[in-house]
Amino acid sequence: MLSKAKLWLSLALGTLIFWSAGLHAAWDLNMPRGVTQMSRDTYDLHMTIFWWCVAIGVVVFGAMLWSIINHRKSKGVQPATFHESTKVEIVWTLIPFLILIAMAIPATRVLTAAYDTTESELDIQIIGYQWRWEYRYMRESMDEEEVSFFSVLSTSREEINNDVEKGENYLLEVDRPLVIPTNTKVRFLMTSADVIHAWWVPDFAIKKDTIPGFINETWVIVEEPGIYRGQCAELCGMDHGFMPIEVHALERADYDAWYAQQQENVRQIQQLAGSAITMQDAMAQGEQIYNRNCVACHQAGGVGMPPVFPAIAGSAKATGDVAVTMETLVHGVPGTAMAAYGRQLNPIELASIITYVRNAYGNSTGDLVQPADVNAYIQEGQ
Amino acid sequence: MSAHDHHHGPAKGLSRWLYTTNHKDIGSMYLWFSFAMFLLGGTFALVIRAELFQPGLQFVEPNFFNQMTTMHGLVMVFGAVMPAFVGLANWMIPLMIGAPDMALPRMNNWSFWILPFAFAMLVSTLFMEGGGPNFGWTFYAPLSTTYAPASVTFFIFAVHIMGASSIMGSINVIATILNMRAPGMTLMKMPLFVWTWLITAYLLIAVMPVLAGVVTMMLFDIHFGTSFFSAAGGGDPVLFQHLFWFFGHPEVYIMILPAFGIVSAIIPTFARKRLFGYDSMVYATASIAFLSFIVWAHHMFTVGMPLAGQLFFMYATMLIAVPTGVKVFNWVATMFRGAMTFETPMLFAIAFVVLFTLGGFTGVMLAITPADFQYHDTYFVVAHFHYVLVPGAVFSLMAAAYYWLPKWTGYMYDETLGKLHFWLSFIGVNLLFFPQHFLGLAGMPRRIPDYALQFANFNWISSVGGFLFGFSQLILLFVVIKCIKGGKKATAQVWEGAQGLEWTVPSPAPYHTFETPPDPSLIKAQ
Repeated sequence: MLSKAKLWLSLALGTLIFWSAGLHAAWDLNMPRGVTQMSRDTYDLHMTIFWWCVAIGVVVFGAMLWSIINHRKSKGVQPATFHESTKVEIVWTLIPFLILIAMAIPATRVLTAAYDTTESELDIQIIGYQWRWEYRYMRESMDEEEVSFFSVLSTSREEINNDVEKGENYLLEVDRPLVIPTNTKVRFLMTSADVIHAWWVPDFAIKKDTIPGFINETWVIVEEPGIYRGQCAELCGMDHGFMPIEVHALERADYDAWYAQQQENVRQIQQLAGSAITMQDAMAQGEQIYNRNCVACHQAGGVGMPPVFPAIAGSAKATGDVAVTMETLVHGVPGTAMAAYGRQLNPIELASIITYVRNAYGNSTGDLVQPADVNAYIQEGQ
Repeated sequence: MSAHDHHHGPAKGLSRWLYTTNHKDIGSMYLWFSFAMFLLGGTFALVIRAELFQPGLQFVEPNFFNQMTTMHGLVMVFGAVMPAFVGLANWMIPLMIGAPDMALPRMNNWSFWILPFAFAMLVSTLFMEGGGPNFGWTFYAPLSTTYAPASVTFFIFAVHIMGASSIMGSINVIATILNMRAPGMTLMKMPLFVWTWLITAYLLIAVMPVLAGVVTMMLFDIHFGTSFFSAAGGGDPVLFQHLFWFFGHPEVYIMILPAFGIVSAIIPTFARKRLFGYDSMVYATASIAFLSFIVWAHHMFTVGMPLAGQLFFMYATMLIAVPTGVKVFNWVATMFRGAMTFETPMLFAIAFVVLFTLGGFTGVMLAITPADFQYHDTYFVVAHFHYVLVPGAVFSLMAAAYYWLPKWTGYMYDETLGKLHFWLSFIGVNLLFFPQHFLGLAGMPRRIPDYALQFANFNWISSVGGFLFGFSQLILLFVVIKCIKGGKKATAQVWEGAQGLEWTVPSPAPYHTFETPPDPSLIKAQ
């Protein structure tokens, strides 16, 4: 009886959700054709093999259905006695073999093209972290400012916990998207800082594992400007479902302007790193950083999920010696999901988050850590 | 009853089951154990489907969700499907080849009785500090080593015990088949279920030590300072995947070859017509087993292998379609111009052929490497392997249970309930897994506890199907208990068209059978 009740409940609920979520809901049945030559070739391969399967299915299931309808004992038929035929066996071995050869040829061609990573015009390093991506643009020379940043899920915890309505790009949006130029061969160099992740954008037909200790290569030429979304595809721990990919493809001129702006930002932050911040600013910015980077594990209110993810409220590391808090934030805790934020955040952000965890959730050390303190700590370690 | 007979009857009470060396008792215990694990693994699956019923986090935390996907996979593969086939092998192989028992009865007892302890240990990790294994049933390093919860050590020992049980079971199957066939039962007269199990047993002996090796390397990485899989220490995380899939790919055939044997027994029975090509079925099974050793890296097309490696594994994988096709064509040719009836075992067998073939089609699609870049690690893959494992392997097990229940219990099962069970399972399983193809193609990765809004529709359909399929399995439990308690008496022959030695002994099969070899005239060509 339970099953029946549940079923009806599910059906009723399901219908309700279908209607309420109807605006965004989609009934996509097939793979996207995508925006690159590679994705269109892949789509064509996919459809070719699909139609071969349909054709074989029609023959095989047709023969079965014919037999089921006509060759049933209730119709008074006598079973035939034929069996074993080498000729028939050879025929139904050869035909699939030939179909497979017909499939293997175009598949080999597409795969060979996918492996041609030469002559790229722009190289971007992609590094997987639990649970975010870092993008580093390879410079022409070491004198240039390095453009590199982390890309983190920007969907709020309230949306995930069903406290507010979900936005259109729920779980597929980030704070800082990867930006690439269109009609340019962009090579991606992929690795990981912890476990294996996989960087996947369906519209590019690119899926490649990012593996610690390895550098994998792949490439893309995007023809149409636009926003393309994807997700991490390889199970990488707790928040595997919460590290999306967002790529903005811009016309070359727009891209160049964006890139120059990024370099300008780097210069500004370098200049600001020496200046002091106020307690109020530190706490405000710290809260933002906490909600973006820390809340998944340490939870709202800093209560954590012991024993795997310790609480911040009342924690010895957050309320004791400031050097310990700094070490934890800057270098992370090896072998755990606690990442080293020394490279992910700039000194102002680091100073803010350190100040925040020492003064929020009932912690009240009263310390205000300055960017200069963080810089001093990092330089001391080097 | 003479004193002699009494001496050979089963012992009374619990000691019968603890100390038994009887292949039928051990077979029954394997089957009950696997059914219990099927319900447990199914419960884990329902937690997953409940959470995925709609977008957002409703019931479980992401970390617990990952424990559920991991435990679901491990329990279903190692606890439900594999022991169920071993149970059938125990019950049926001696009856099919005219042997009095398995060749190594005491080891048989041991290989069963270590299993409950292995699974008790595995499931207990869910209650440990830090939670149970949360790295997927494929447990890729370094997620399963450097970043694993502390309970991973218990997982490793549980896998060791399961592997030992499988290896012992396989040695027993091989020793029985090669040494204990009745006079006149030549290899090429053996029922296909015996053939497929012989080949499966060799696969198990070949790959279980590799699994044992890879989990031992994990143990050393975690506790003894080695760096097999840790890049920071000069190790290689991809090595883990090569080792795992060298085990893992033959493993999936271990779960399907005996299913082929079952279906090859049931279809001729209910079509009242000989299997179309017995010899080619044997050769096709052997070819599939051989190919299973040279295709493992098709699970790893995205790890960045060299082009030559990708091409080799693509071609080898595509080749599997050929012998598999031979099998499907043979089943259809057997049904063609037969005189079919559609009792529950036949319904499950026909559904097996259709839905397993669907899983085979998606398998060929997955072999096309560039297309695999899109399919890999999405719900398309989830749909693919569930189609070959649920309406594939699991349906064959249900077909087998209905087919041989009268022989085991001496009573006919309730046909109406059996058919109800079939139709609810058939509808449920397709509602559950068919929409997952669409989800995968539209871009939904596997192993995520929450998803983007465009995946909402097919997820709720899938969840509804999941609950329908899951609760329908209670009907099977009811049918089996009802059949054990009584019903219409079964004849020795049971099914009009059934062939083979197991139908020459009374129903229920006596505690001891074939104490003297059967009359060679009873052994016919298949």
